[in-house]
Amino acid sequence: MTEIRFTIDGRECRATPGQTIVEAAKANGIYIPVLCHYEGLTPVGSCRVCTVRAGGRYMAACTQPVAAGMAVENTAPDLEDMRRALIEMLFVEGNHMCPTCEKSGNCELQALAYRYQIMAPRFPYLFPVRELDASSPKIMLERNRCIQCLRCVRAVRAKDGRKVFAAQGRTGRVTIDADRDLAARLTDEEARRAMDVCPVGAILRKEVGFAVPIGRRKFDAKPIGSDVEEGPAR
Amino acid sequence: MSKPVIATASLAGCFGCHMSFLDIDDRILQLVELVAFDKSPIDDIKRFTRPVDIGLIEGGCCNSENVHVLRSFRENCRTLVSVGECATMGGLPALRNGIPLKECLDEAYMNSPTVAPEDRLIPNDEELPIILDKVYPCHEIVKIDAFLPGCPPSADLIWEALTALIQGRPLNLPYNLVKYD
Repeated sequence: MTEIRFTIDGRECRATPGQTIVEAAKANGIYIPVLCHYEGLTPVGSCRVCTVRAGGRYMAACTQPVAAGMAVENTAPDLEDMRRALIEMLFVEGNHMCPTCEKSGNCELQALAYRYQIMAPRFPYLFPVRELDASSPKIMLERNRCIQCLRCVRAVRAKDGRKVFAAQGRTGRVTIDADRDLAARLTDEEARRAMDVCPVGAILRKEVGFAVPIGRRKFDAKPIGSDVEEGPAR
Repeated sequence: MSKPVIATASLAGCFGCHMSFLDIDDRILQLVELVAFDKSPIDDIKRFTRPVDIGLIEGGCCNSENVHVLRSFRENCRTLVSVGECATMGGLPALRNGIPLKECLDEAYMNSPTVAPEDRLIPNDEELPIILDKVYPCHEIVKIDAFLPGCPPSADLIWEALTALIQGRPLNLPYNLVKYD
């Protein structure tokens, strides 16, 4: 198989043709933060947290394929600060009250904020008014925490292939809705998948929660991305 | 050289952060050696008596008195620290931020099942602080120099931050102590 050579922050990396920058970076033990991207789903590049720079151009590393000789900048201070700003914007744009959230400790947005050592956002909190939908028997849509990444829309489908979740509206007013009938027919396994796919605490399974004690949750001990950086690849 | 002076306040908070501060176990004996307390609920000093090195603020601002206290802390403290989720983002009290103020007051003082019909009255006395339109994080009212996240921040985090500030070290807070919950 042909191999592409490229660099990330000056480090020699190898990729296979067609691999995205995020995938190739991971295969080379380099972490590029992602939020709207989920392994196995078609990337859409909507959150821009994975933004890198190559040849002076900014691009979403989750959608951009690697090209031979590409010199990718991943950890330049201005890029990292832009990512930090994006994460801060997601925090002020919703109502993210971590102490009351079942997903706390397993939340990717929170984990990125920890990784970027965000102590308080630079932007004022917007405290938007958003409606919670608890009408489904198995799951709850807590829209206060939704970051409109569309992972649930892409990942969760009924047996006949129909989408269970869909985005309504545009721009800052996008809300995620569940098809009432399809959501009512979700099995426990499908509900678990929906909750796992959601990076934040916007999709929650009912009647379970806080099952893993503080200290043993996914991001309690190590920052998000540690698994990639310590990964087997080289 | 005189000891560094500390002041603390709980604004729209639950005193949980103060409790966590007191949860430093036997290090509290070291604390007595390390610092002197000025205005604080811990020693019940009501007014600032001298310039303060480190001010610790628990809770956000939900009324005019909170704003007044916070501003007086800013005026009197060299370094001002937001301690906990409420001071940093409003926290639990900010759950009311999406509800019109009138509805909140009606719910509490007019329509609550525990209010007798003859007691239905929204308090409005000039002695009472004026409630704000919403709960504000402290850094949206005054400049805040450092933030300790958590609900509450753990005793270890508060201790680490406090000793660093006292000794003039940079705040390199360990990953496992910085938690938003």
